[in-house]
Amino acid sequence: MAGTLRKNWRGHREASQRGTEEPPLIKWLLIGAALSFCVVFLLLPLANVFAQALAKGWAFYWKSLAHPDSRAAIRLTLTVAAISVPLNVVFGLAAAWAIAKFQFRGKSLLITLIDLPFSVSPVVAGLMFLVLFGLQGYLGEWLQDHNLRVIFALPGIVLATVFITFPFVARELIPVMEATGTEQEQAALTLGASGWQTFWHVTLPSVKWGLLYGIILCNARAMGEFGAVSVVSGHITGQTDTMPLRVEKLYNEYNAAGAFAVASLLALLALFTLAIKTFLEWRQSREFARARTAGRV
Amino acid sequence: MGFTLVYLSAIVLIPFAGLVLRACELSWADFWRLATTDRALAAYRLTFGASLIAALANALFGTLVAWVLVRYSFPGRRIIDAMVDFPFALPTAVAGLTLSSLFAANGWLGQFLVPLGIKGAFTQLGVVIALTFVGLPFVVRTLQPVLHNLDREVEEAAATLGAGRLRTFVGVIAPTLLPAVLTGFALAFARAIGEYGSIVFISGNLPFKTEIAPYLIVMRLEEYDYTGAVALAVVLLVCSFLLLGAINLLEAWTSRFAR
Repeated sequence: MAGTLRKNWRGHREASQRGTEEPPLIKWLLIGAALSFCVVFLLLPLANVFAQALAKGWAFYWKSLAHPDSRAAIRLTLTVAAISVPLNVVFGLAAAWAIAKFQFRGKSLLITLIDLPFSVSPVVAGLMFLVLFGLQGYLGEWLQDHNLRVIFALPGIVLATVFITFPFVARELIPVMEATGTEQEQAALTLGASGWQTFWHVTLPSVKWGLLYGIILCNARAMGEFGAVSVVSGHITGQTDTMPLRVEKLYNEYNAAGAFAVASLLALLALFTLAIKTFLEWRQSREFARARTAGRV
Repeated sequence: MGFTLVYLSAIVLIPFAGLVLRACELSWADFWRLATTDRALAAYRLTFGASLIAALANALFGTLVAWVLVRYSFPGRRIIDAMVDFPFALPTAVAGLTLSSLFAANGWLGQFLVPLGIKGAFTQLGVVIALTFVGLPFVVRTLQPVLHNLDREVEEAAATLGAGRLRTFVGVIAPTLLPAVLTGFALAFARAIGEYGSIVFISGNLPFKTEIAPYLIVMRLEEYDYTGAVALAVVLLVCSFLLLGAINLLEAWTSRFAR
């Protein structure tokens, strides 16, 4: 319905404002150029993943995915995401809450720090953890004495993933929380609700779509991270290979169809992420429109 | 609040301090020697050169795509709009894998391009292609809201005053869009400098030819040369911080225009 409304509105505009429209020829040339760019850089790479994955038939595809090392990689990726995403959700909620609802000194510094992982190269991020926990690192000897493995093991992979995906939830939540303001919470507190009650019943519901959006993005990045994880994982087949690392290994073993088979799962994850994201945006704009009409009436 | 700070220090500040501390253990002369070997210089040249070209390509095509998506309605517009974020959602390793197979001699695009002498896989051009892919959403997404809010009445005024469409675009529309395009450009450039996953697959990683700086760091690590890796990492970090500062200034400029 929104689509037809939009079209009518556009048609009306086109009829009344000829002076601000390009000639049809130029318009279609521009559309053509933009579309071909999008086809070459977006649609072809996507289609190619699935075409290559199935190049040797479905049987080979299933065999590649059922290979014990691939299964171990899938399991590891799911484990890492299951640990790091909740951690960052809790942190994202706490950080966004602190930033949006309170005034304090050093707030902009805090925001910059949260954004930091976005601007650091994943390889450099991995290196940071290697410097701390690696054998030549600051804590390396102590860890070895206590028989603890961080680097080239699950904890290191989780740490690197947490670092890389750290900003996603907080970034999505800060603007939403700032927009909702503090009146509702203050009302709840005045009516005698405890801090936790206010959080669960007032704050959380008001940001649920933004939160879901952040979780989806965070999860996609957590499962797909390559650079940082590659530095700290040690590439032990069947043990510390995540799905992206498994893709690289298969590719280096000249097993292109196998590499694409594992890659196709990650591409499906990306498509799924986009679908949820589009749905959430559609839902948000609908709620926004409803709120606006309600306000007018 | 307290929890936020503790978590932040544990995950971000301590690792960061570790790296800086490691770098400080180096004498200035040693640092300079490690950070500016011939191989490192070649890697910086490729990293920054390819990132610059890719960011420019994104500024150009990103503006075009954003314009077409906001201004025109055509079949498939919504799908393309949703697909613009695809490079964000797709793991970089998969991006590199599929791009290199597209542009390889027997790939869907390579079979036409390679006979023409355009080799997209295992060349410096491949690095540019992969970086263009990962940076694609930045310009489009920073420009779209600005284009939406663009006041059509100003264009009407220009048209009424007798300006042609091209003149209106160059004289009226382009200056308003410029800050947003520059912000998108800088974001794409910053992302491209640190990019690793997609490049590994498409570049071939030949020293002095198609080796990027992050890959050289990984090579140093595989040789157990931690100090060498740290020196290179510091160079990259300083560059990303300078860019981050520039982006913040640009964003302040953009929001002033938006008001």
